[in-house]
Amino acid sequence: MNRQVAVIGAGITGMTAAGALSELGIDVILLEKEEHTGGHVKNWDRLFPSRRPAKEVLDFTGKSMATGVDIRCGSAVESIGHNKGIFTIRPVKGEPVNAMSVVLATGYDLFDARKKEEYGYGIYDNVITSAELETIFSEGKKLTTHQGTTPQRIGIIHCVGSRDEKVGNLYCSKVCCVTGVKQAIEIREMLPGCEVFSFYMDLRMYDRNFEELYFEAQQKWGVSFIRGRLSECAENPDHSLVLKTEDTLTGRPLKMTVDMMILLVGFVPSPETVRIARMLGLSSGPDGFLLPADEHFHDNTTTIPGLFLAGAVKGPACIVNSMADARATAMQVKSYLNGEMLK
Amino acid sequence: MAKNFGYKILPGESIDFDRNDKLIARYLVEHEPSINLCIGCGSCTATCSTGHFTDFNIRRMHTFILRGETKHIKKEIQKCMFCGKCQLVCPRGVNLRNVILTINRAIEHLG
Amino acid sequence: MINFNLFVLPFFLGLIYVVIAIGKSWYRWVRKLPAIDKVRFISGIRSPGQIFGALKEVFLEGLIHRRMWKQNPLLGYMHMSFALGWFLLIVFGNIESRFYSGTHLNAPYYPIFLKFFIHDRLVIFFEVFSVPGIFRFLMDFLLLFVLSGLVLALIKRQKSNWFGMKRTTAFQLTDIVSLGSLWLIFPMRLLAESYTAGYYGSGGGFLTQPLGNLLVWIVPFRDDFVAYGLWWGYSLVLGIFFITLPYSRYMHIPTEILLIFFRHFGIQPGKWYSSFSDVEVQACSRCGVCIDVCQLNEAGIHDSQAVYFIRGVRDKYVPEEISRKCLVCGRCQEACPVGISTDSLRLIKRRELVSGQASDFSYLAPRPGAASRFDEPPRQGEVAYFAGCMSHLTPSIIRAMKGIMEHAGVSFTHLDADKSICCGRPLKLAGKDRQANELIEFNKKLIRLTGAKTLVTSCPICYRVFREEYNIPIRIQHHTQFILDLVKTGKISFEGDYKKVAYHDPCDLGRGSGVYEAPRDLIGHFAISVPVSQEANKALCCGGSLGMFEASQGQRNTMTAGVLNILLQAQPDVLATACPLCKKTLEKQSPVAVKDIAELVYESLPKTVCCSVSGQSHPAKSYEDELISV
Repeated sequence: MNRQVAVIGAGITGMTAAGALSELGIDVILLEKEEHTGGHVKNWDRLFPSRRPAKEVLDFTGKSMATGVDIRCGSAVESIGHNKGIFTIRPVKGEPVNAMSVVLATGYDLFDARKKEEYGYGIYDNVITSAELETIFSEGKKLTTHQGTTPQRIGIIHCVGSRDEKVGNLYCSKVCCVTGVKQAIEIREMLPGCEVFSFYMDLRMYDRNFEELYFEAQQKWGVSFIRGRLSECAENPDHSLVLKTEDTLTGRPLKMTVDMMILLVGFVPSPETVRIARMLGLSSGPDGFLLPADEHFHDNTTTIPGLFLAGAVKGPACIVNSMADARATAMQVKSYLNGEMLK
Repeated sequence: MAKNFGYKILPGESIDFDRNDKLIARYLVEHEPSINLCIGCGSCTATCSTGHFTDFNIRRMHTFILRGETKHIKKEIQKCMFCGKCQLVCPRGVNLRNVILTINRAIEHLG
Repeated sequence: MINFNLFVLPFFLGLIYVVIAIGKSWYRWVRKLPAIDKVRFISGIRSPGQIFGALKEVFLEGLIHRRMWKQNPLLGYMHMSFALGWFLLIVFGNIESRFYSGTHLNAPYYPIFLKFFIHDRLVIFFEVFSVPGIFRFLMDFLLLFVLSGLVLALIKRQKSNWFGMKRTTAFQLTDIVSLGSLWLIFPMRLLAESYTAGYYGSGGGFLTQPLGNLLVWIVPFRDDFVAYGLWWGYSLVLGIFFITLPYSRYMHIPTEILLIFFRHFGIQPGKWYSSFSDVEVQACSRCGVCIDVCQLNEAGIHDSQAVYFIRGVRDKYVPEEISRKCLVCGRCQEACPVGISTDSLRLIKRRELVSGQASDFSYLAPRPGAASRFDEPPRQGEVAYFAGCMSHLTPSIIRAMKGIMEHAGVSFTHLDADKSICCGRPLKLAGKDRQANELIEFNKKLIRLTGAKTLVTSCPICYRVFREEYNIPIRIQHHTQFILDLVKTGKISFEGDYKKVAYHDPCDLGRGSGVYEAPRDLIGHFAISVPVSQEANKALCCGGSLGMFEASQGQRNTMTAGVLNILLQAQPDVLATACPLCKKTLEKQSPVAVKDIAELVYESLPKTVCCSVSGQSHPAKSYEDELISV
């Protein structure tokens, strides 16, 4: 099967790129290893900072793909290679795809919180990840402890698997801070009687309206912020949790009992990305994410002509940035196909 | 004395960085440069075995040293049990057991 | 004829000098032994059993070089050919000389230069089956044996990797003179004996006679002064070797003999530098075996391996950080062909360095009217469980241990559920023994209050110090030993699938405490062990060692990557260890799950039990299943 462009990965980045390419009149195939498109975003309830339903974004992007994009789900890439400007992709099912250009949009994985054993995920009942909390929200369920009671106090733990040399990830995952603030608000919305404490090292409210959301969390929702990184956690016989941190602003160790703990898990390079990159001989940075040809001038291209990178394969990125990057990539692909690529 | 170490934030007790003697700070940075990596997250203090019994606070102590405030250090540092948990949780890879050992030496050699 | 010639003097004087020098050193070392060790020494030399044991080891290690053979056969042969060959040359030379002199008492130089003194006794070359003939054959054979070692030694200088060695130590000036003369001794002997045999037309063996004939034929002027000059040369190199020996690395040879005797007399390294330490330091042959086994190489650290550290001690100058730049993993001690207690020496230095520093643990003193510093006195229990400080960061180990004990119906008390007093070993590793002893006293009191009969710990660091320093009249077990007992007495059984497990020996449990079998036996009950190329006493350190002070996190990470490479060679489903620190260190970089044996036991308990104890919320998918599916 011959196509002009193959986009690998139907998360928000891949979908946006495929949609934009098809709007530019390019013949594009979108390969996704899972059974549905939407990637991580389809597990989200509402998005920061505006709290627009994630579904709206997916629907919009889906519409842009409605005409022209050949979507193949359940088509993980078994092998990929290139020869004389033609890429050949063998998916696990269906016929091989030949394409003149490939957009790699295989994204990221969430950090496995079990690697941060002292936080008790997978050991204590009432420790969940931010992704699990988001799923609870999106399924419209009520947030309860594992024992079925309504939590009276919840601790939100920032930087789990990010900015942590001890798990080998020195980088910041960028989106967890604002996610934590958003989720703190949503918990307070759902359970007005529940206290919410955020434990942070720094709050990185880097983008438009993020700081305002933080402001709102304090002013309107009474979320408390404690500057201290969680160092360990123990479980009481009633399955509540004892957090140990330092309240660095008073300079004293702090112990707090909470009914639930939410871990804001960061980004890690997805094994799928790593595998495909290895087949193509792409290089990655010390953080494991892929490197574009140049961070400023060729941030979507690679050393292989015709192969493009988009979104979180290059490192943590929020939805807005991933979508913008996907559209930029589409333009670059078009230039490449027209033979006008800026070298 | 040591009990009040670091708590009083009175005008007269502001850190006079220019006048403070930073000899120990310099010795520490030179011999265990990883101390510069600290971002003050407090993990070390929270997990500290000694800190569970007393007001020993490793993070605050080395921060004070870097600012040239070394008045109470000599007594404080003696409380450390050396168990190494602080080093095991540090997200920055600060070599904390050697920080303590280096501070000990600095006090011994430099007063 | 008079059996004397002026040329024997360099040898003879050198010999007298070296005997006096060695005798003096030995005497000084023995005299300076601490009182208790002196008593051991005196009773030792009166005990034929201990003497025999020592002599046997001197023979096996000093002459045969058994440990070297184990290290690398080529290296073993090289050392054996020199030591055993030379020794037998002396022994058989003596016997041979008696045959010619007709007396049992000969001057020491007589057998050495025998072939010079008997050159006028005509013997026929083919007289093989007579006593002199047999000796001539034997002596030539032994000379060849030694020379073969010499050839290997020359090759080793160029191709040390053939001898299983990647790195070797640098020489000092006295070493070069000494080594040069040592290497010349046997070629000179060969030349002197050969030329003499050739010149006089008889007296040589299968090697020296034909070579001598050839030499006489080659050398343009035929004169007995050539022979005479060669004998002078032979004597001179012997003399130079003997005189430089006490000042060169070859002093390790006589010192090692004394060390072997010391050890057989029960003398052990102490807390402070003693005469015994001095003997150990001087017994170091600087062979460099410790360099190759040291994991610091991987981290780019090349200045603090045991041989360099010991050299510093010998030269009375050890840069401070060198004594702290060591994992104290015990690998060099295990590999040392002389058996020097390298870790003890390092800790002695650390003690010296921190001796002026004080500690203040008054905060651990019991509150007025209370039995301990803890809010509540410890509960009573058959078993006192001390998880260890590190285990607070690995809650799954604690959960597993509690679950196992509950399942087995063990009455236990968790000594450090909330707060814990450190066991003291981390302080000891910093050289702060005095301070550590204070903590030990606090913990002993606490343990006594539980009335427990067994003290179980999850941490090998604690286990080692409990055993070595606590002196408490109760059974001390690492949790692997404890769980194995539960299995053997039928208190727990297993179900489920057999995973492929690679076991990582924690340093303080394996080399430190000699517990190699219990963890392996235990794993055998519920999993399949895959081989690890460097295991048991040769196991690598995880890189997280508390003994190390001067390594950056990056250097530690490099060492961890190295040990993971070894552990994952056989592609195990899971890495098992028995130490919270090893677990945390390996887990950070391992692509497969790392679990404590206690966790694996807990997971393999009959399922109904496992779930009722934990109330676990995420049992469906195991960590490693996911990783493997990736």
